[in-house]
Parts: sequence; C-alpha cells; structure tokens
Amino acid sequence: MLKYANPTFFLGLAGRLLPWLAGATALTLAIGMWGAFFYAPADYQQGQTVRIMYIHVPSAWLAMFCYATMAASALGTLVWRHPLADAAQKAAAPIGAVFTFVCLVTGSLWGKPMWGTWWVWDARLTSVLVLFVIYLGLIALWQTIEDSSRAARAAAILTLVGVINLPIIKFSVDWWNTLHQPASVFRMDGPTIAPSMLWPLLVMGIAFTLLFTTLHVMSTRNEILRRRLRRLAIQAAAGEAQARPAHRLSTSESAP
Amino acid sequence: MTPAPLSALFLREIRAARRIGGGGTMGVVFFLILVTIVPFAIGPDLNLLSRIGPAILWIAALLATLLGLDRLFQADHEDGSLDLMLTGDTPLELIVLVKCLAHWTVTGLPLVVAAPLFGLMLALEPEALFGVTISLLAGTPALGMLGAIGAALTVTLRRGGLLMAILVLPLAIPVLIFGVSAAGAANSATTPFMTPFLILCALSLATLAAAPFAVAAALRHMSE
Repeated sequence: MLKYANPTFFLGLAGRLLPWLAGATALTLAIGMWGAFFYAPADYQQGQTVRIMYIHVPSAWLAMFCYATMAASALGTLVWRHPLADAAQKAAAPIGAVFTFVCLVTGSLWGKPMWGTWWVWDARLTSVLVLFVIYLGLIALWQTIEDSSRAARAAAILTLVGVINLPIIKFSVDWWNTLHQPASVFRMDGPTIAPSMLWPLLVMGIAFTLLFTTLHVMSTRNEILRRRLRRLAIQAAAGEAQARPAHRLSTSESAP
Repeated sequence: MTPAPLSALFLREIRAARRIGGGGTMGVVFFLILVTIVPFAIGPDLNLLSRIGPAILWIAALLATLLGLDRLFQADHEDGSLDLMLTGDTPLELIVLVKCLAHWTVTGLPLVVAAPLFGLMLALEPEALFGVTISLLAGTPALGMLGAIGAALTVTLRRGGLLMAILVLPLAIPVLIFGVSAAGAANSATTPFMTPFLILCALSLATLAAAPFAVAAALRHMSE
C-alpha cells in the first residue's frame, strides 16, 4: 500500500495507466451517449427532456463520490501525513466542484419544463448547493494558505467536518417531503426504472467515474510536478544567490 | 432629526469594544444595524416585517456571531499565548471549549438579550418574540462552536475573516433552518414548536461535544 503512495512510483504508474484510462473513458462515454440519445426511449410523460437524466444523475453521483475520495485523502493527510494524499486532495476539489455545478445546472434545466421552475428550495437541491459552496470554500482555503502542507491539513479538517453533508444529500429525499423524486436506482427492493433506461444510465455512470479517475490522476500528477518545479526553482534561486557575490567579487578584482 | 445621543453612544461603544479588544458590544451594534437595514431594503410594511421578522433576527445573529469570531484565536496566536496553551498540560480541547463558552457569554448572550427588543421594531407578536429569543438562546452556542472551527483554520492568516465566513456559513445552514422554524412555529398554532426546538438543542449539544476536537486539531496543525 505504502509502495503505491510513493510520489515517484505514482508518477510512473500514472504515466502507464493514463492512456488506458482515457481510452476506456472515451469508449464508455461514446456507448453511454449512444444509449442515452438513440437507444433509450423518450419518457411517456416527460418526452425528450428525460435524456437530461443521463448527464444529471451521473454528475450527482460523481459530485458525492469525489467528495468521498477527498475525505479519504484527507484521512491520509492527517493520519499518515502523506504528500501524495495532499496532492490527491487538492486535485479533487475543482473536479468535484465542476461535477456539482453540472449537476445543479442540468437539474435546473430539467426542472424548468418538469416542475415549472428553475429552482426550488427543497432539501435535495439545497444540500447539493451546500456541497457546491463547501467545494468552493475548500478551493479558497487551498489558494489562501501559502504553505502547501499546512493548507493540506486545514483543508483535510474542513473536508472531514463537511462529510456530514453527504448522508444529508443521500437521504434528503427520504427524510423530507421534496419536489425532487426519491432514489430509483440504488434501492433495497431493486431499481424502479425501466431496463431500457437503466443500462444507458449505468454505462454513463461508469463513464463519468472513469472520466473522474482520469482527470483526478492527471491533476494529481500535475500537482506533484508543480511542487517539484517549485522546489527546483527555489533551489536554483538559492544557488544563484550564492553564486552572485562571488561573481561580483571577481569583477571587482579584475577592475583596475 | 439626528439622535445625537444615539450616535454618541454608538461611537462610545465602538471605542470601548476596541479598548477591551472584544466584539461584545460591537456585535450587538452590528446586529442592530442589520435589523435596521432590512426595513429600508424591503419597505416598512409591518405585516410583512412581522412575518419575516424571526428570519431577519436569525440571519442578523448569524452574521454578528461570525463578525467577532475571527479574533477568537488570532490575538492569542499573535502574542504567543496560544503556544503556551498548546504546550501546557491542560487538554487543548477543554481550553477551546472554555474559550468558546466565554466568547459566547460576551458576544452571544448580548444578542439573545437584545433580540426581543429588536423583535419589537420588526412588529413581532409576543409569542414570536419568545420563540426568537429562546431559539437564539438554544442555537447561538452551535453557531459559535462551528465558527470556532473556521477561526482555528484561518488563525495564521492575516485577513482570514472573509475566508472564515465562506468556510463556516455552509455548515451553519442546518442551525439556521431549525432555528428559524422553531422561532416561526412559536407564532403559529398549526406547526409544532418542540420538534425543531429540540433538534436545535441537539445541534448545539452535538457541536459543543464534537467541535472542540476539530478546533483543537486545527490549532495544533495550523500553529506548527
């Protein structure tokens, strides 16, 4: 386990895995898109707008999955103080924010024809909006604290405090009477959605998960490289500062 | 007609608060200003004001609580006493809890005491006045404890106040929801008062029990 957490090992592994991940993402996304737009029937009630679901629902899953990934990395930061966990945490926040944003926007576009309004303040929508704000707060925290390992620990604590929001999002449709429909895929008594609509949705879910994994690995790799570049730049600057007085000395000696 | 004594009092309170270094009186003044601004923004319709009054008071209390919190640990961090607390024998969690309770007594309690007065200005019924006051009494500790997490995370930042608000406000939403519904329920015969009120109490007790650990962890990590 710790072998995989070595940043250098991770860089090598990421380089080998990324083409496969990207390829698998493109393939499943293509199949999922075809299923969503051509194979799946239009809903008898909602018509073509039901196709928004194939983007909206996977984004919502990933918005929460990404937060869970971030919380796991936060544990890695706080418990093992591992730099790879710091980088993974930092890399996940903007991706999660984008998935949450996509989920909110597609939900809003879907809500207008179905509910007759862009937005309602019900429990599901509000808790997802809170998730979005927490993501933005975490990004702000990362950008404000200069020392990156200190920023990582601050973000980790806030991430773990914010985990309380995940069960609230998941069960908000069961605990409160909301306009948002209750869970229809992951249920104790099996999915209540027609198979012809279910499988494109699941393929899209897998495609989005692969997309997230690809982006996250790329972003984590960039973060590690960025830190190495920064360290090299500091070393180079320190070397220059040492070299400069000697240089000045030599010029003054050569002067008559 | 400018009420000179009022503005003089306002300035005097600001001076006193600055000398003491706390935000107790300043918090109440800020609370008053927020309550004053709202009728200008939405119009002086007393029926409307009495309907949304509890919500206005709760939002004002939330913002006023946040205002004083950024200095909660910062002054200690600057003069080095936080390092003594960190290295001392007393558990940091207890120190945090005591500091938060003291801070609540100075800043939270005046808001609770002032809430019925400001409620009168918003044309609240006596039942609603009672509801707002009792719900603020039960809810402000939770706001303070959540705010302390943000204060600890931003303790080393010179201008951490805005970031602290961004970090804390999303977490404070459940407190606001149940606080306002308890305050509103006291005024109506149809909705139960006890359900949201007890949840509000539970939120306060839970944050009092759990938040000191998060705050202490944040202080340890941030001041390394």
